[in-house]
Amino acid sequence: MPISRQCFPVRSLIAAFAIATAAFYTAPSGVSAAEVDKIHFLIPGGAGGGWDGTARGTGEALTKSGLVGQASYENMSGGGGGKAIAHIIETAERQSGTLMVNSTPIVLRSLRGRFPQSFRDLTPIAAVIGDYGAFVVRADSPLQSWDDAVAAFNENPRKVKVAGGSVKGSMDHLVTAMAFKAAGAETAKVRYIAYDAGGKAMAGLLSGETTMLSTGLGEALEQAKAGQVRILCITAPEPVAGVAPCGSGINFVNWRGFFGAPGLDAATADAMAATLGKMYDTPEWEAVRARNGWVNIYKPRAEFVAFLEQQEEEMKALLNGLGIETVR
Amino acid sequence: MIEGILTGLSTALTPTNLLMVMVGCFAGTFIGMLPGLGPISAIALMIPITYGFDPASGMILMAGVYYGAIFGGSTSSILINAPGVAGTVATSFDGYPMARSGHGGKALAIAAYASFSGGTIAAVFLLLAAPALAQVALSFQSADYFALMVLGLTAVSAFAGRGQFLKAMLMVFLGLGLATIGQDTSSDITRFTFGSIDLLDGISFLLLAMAAFALSEAIMTVLKRDTVSESAVQAATGKMGSLKISRAEAKTMAPVIGRSSILGFFIGVLPGAGATIASFLAYGMERNIAPKAEKQKFGKGSLRGLTAPETANNAACSGSFVPLLTLGIPGSGTTAVMLGALISYGVQPGPTLFTDRPEVFWAVIISMYIGNIILLVLNLPLIPYIARLLMLPPQLLVPLVLFFSLCGVYLVSFNTFDIHLMVAFAAGAVVLRLFGYSMAPMILGFVLGRLMEENLRRALEIYDGYSFLWERPITLGIMILTALILLAPLLRWFKERRGLATAGEGG
Repeated sequence: MPISRQCFPVRSLIAAFAIATAAFYTAPSGVSAAEVDKIHFLIPGGAGGGWDGTARGTGEALTKSGLVGQASYENMSGGGGGKAIAHIIETAERQSGTLMVNSTPIVLRSLRGRFPQSFRDLTPIAAVIGDYGAFVVRADSPLQSWDDAVAAFNENPRKVKVAGGSVKGSMDHLVTAMAFKAAGAETAKVRYIAYDAGGKAMAGLLSGETTMLSTGLGEALEQAKAGQVRILCITAPEPVAGVAPCGSGINFVNWRGFFGAPGLDAATADAMAATLGKMYDTPEWEAVRARNGWVNIYKPRAEFVAFLEQQEEEMKALLNGLGIETVR
Repeated sequence: MIEGILTGLSTALTPTNLLMVMVGCFAGTFIGMLPGLGPISAIALMIPITYGFDPASGMILMAGVYYGAIFGGSTSSILINAPGVAGTVATSFDGYPMARSGHGGKALAIAAYASFSGGTIAAVFLLLAAPALAQVALSFQSADYFALMVLGLTAVSAFAGRGQFLKAMLMVFLGLGLATIGQDTSSDITRFTFGSIDLLDGISFLLLAMAAFALSEAIMTVLKRDTVSESAVQAATGKMGSLKISRAEAKTMAPVIGRSSILGFFIGVLPGAGATIASFLAYGMERNIAPKAEKQKFGKGSLRGLTAPETANNAACSGSFVPLLTLGIPGSGTTAVMLGALISYGVQPGPTLFTDRPEVFWAVIISMYIGNIILLVLNLPLIPYIARLLMLPPQLLVPLVLFFSLCGVYLVSFNTFDIHLMVAFAAGAVVLRLFGYSMAPMILGFVLGRLMEENLRRALEIYDGYSFLWERPITLGIMILTALILLAPLLRWFKERRGLATAGEGG
């Protein structure tokens, strides 16, 4: 490097940082088989995001209720979560007390080859909360129900522009494809308009440039409360919060859950999953859950793996149906 | 509405809430001053503390941190060329040269007055028209945002001195190119990542600005030792401590503040823009309408060039509360965190918030007046002490700048790759600067590039072609304005050229 000489202080700084980081973040390893006294949460995104909220909320409930003695948090953003996955795999021996938070995108991103690993390279602990997909229109939209939306789509698919706060081929897009597919429409014709955040997609819908918004039920309910939008339907088998399901054959839940390092011994993993299971009955968790409007879904260990495998299968079929390549 | 405002006033003036404003502003100023560290992490970490509070108090605290950070962010931009927050990158264009020429104290004072005026004027707009402005926020579609970003690019002329136009344009293209790195927001194709997972999310704006300005400046200081010690001596013995703004200067500033606060506030109201875009647009606008003699001063310590972005970013910050409170739509990461907090307090932002929860809605807006006064009172007396930083000998100041810049960027992402990337960019920036290329146009291209591409592609998809250019009145209007700005100097140039040619023939 031509500037190596000038860079000298920079280099020593990096070294100092590396030492400080290592000292600060060395993962606690004091997990006994029966009780969990320390958990270190690895958050693949920055402060204030969905993953961050899930990890810190869970940690808060676990420590306040006394189920876990101590919780520490580490934010590691990069590569849409890929950085943290690579990190927990590389340093697996020191990560026996670490839980990494993740959600549906881990399945999608590994299917699409965005990172080389998949959930199989980690130790799935449990899915803890979930959110159904929801379709939302402006309050003054002529579309009154999901059937209206399907009719409009069948009449002219070009005219139904569906907004979403993530890129093409990601969750919001796939949920839309799934719902139209179940209604017998051709998914390749779905016109999905990508925005870089949920809020921007909502602004796009309200500005009238799109017909419909694909989002999570939690966010949709908040917006519907404000009276600007109407929820057409949700991707649940049964009505939730008075919102009708989109129809039979549509069942999608965006989960958030935790993973341990690869090679984590089964006893430790089971103990962690059991601790998370006990958490649901505590008032501390109920306070966190209600505050964030989360929906409890507890899928520990084997059940979680089966769920992930099934979701991967479904997602793969949908992606291929949209003409998007998958690597797995 | 009057009743609501009175409720808000009495809520905002309770001792607890006054304390919240003070704490928020103080914390915000401090966080803002530290290079790179923005308000978002601070606010996210504050949320759990505020759960026990009344919603109005929590929001007042968080809003204080937000605009306090933008207020304080100008300090490090001016003194060490390291932007405190993304919204104050444009402040360094003229603020830093001003400090280098021995007017550090004055530059800080100007920034403080400009921030105060921008924040206060925007708060007046909020009070008068917040509920009505929600409609403005929703009138902008992707096509209009695209046009707005194109208009923003005309600010490049502000960085192109005589004979520098080609260099400035090349740097804009470099910036536009850098903006395409990472996962493409529309079709999920990765571009120029070379298989690296760290580049998937693209390059952070703050990282690039920090490398291009703060780090490269620190390295240049070492490379050009003589000139620096000279200016340091000049700064130390010169008018560093003088904060007085002359009557003539105040007269120049006043109209700039007026224009920039309106523009800044309006841009802030749009959920797809924000304080950073607002500061760049205000800078460009001020350069475009400045008289010819004043134009030459831009980038070299122009009073207008400092006042415009500093006013606009604070006005935009207040403006961003319009979509947040009246629509429940966050325009930035920081406002998204605040929205999450509001919802967890059980307050639903939306068109009816100001009637449903007047004590929250109006108290937050009224606390902004109080907050801006507190910020001014807090910052002005500190300036002589803070400006003394410039008196530090370079062998002390340079490592400090390096340390704080690298720390700041690392503490945002906690990714060591960012440090390596930053050093690499700083090296590139030093080479380019040695060849006489200025970094500002590159930053301009970068900040506008991503939004421009994203919105253009969305508009093309929605309209199935380019028809939005003439079908949407807002797009058409902005495009015509852009064309006028571009053509005016060309016409003038042709006239001058012809004048010169005839003169040459004559001689």
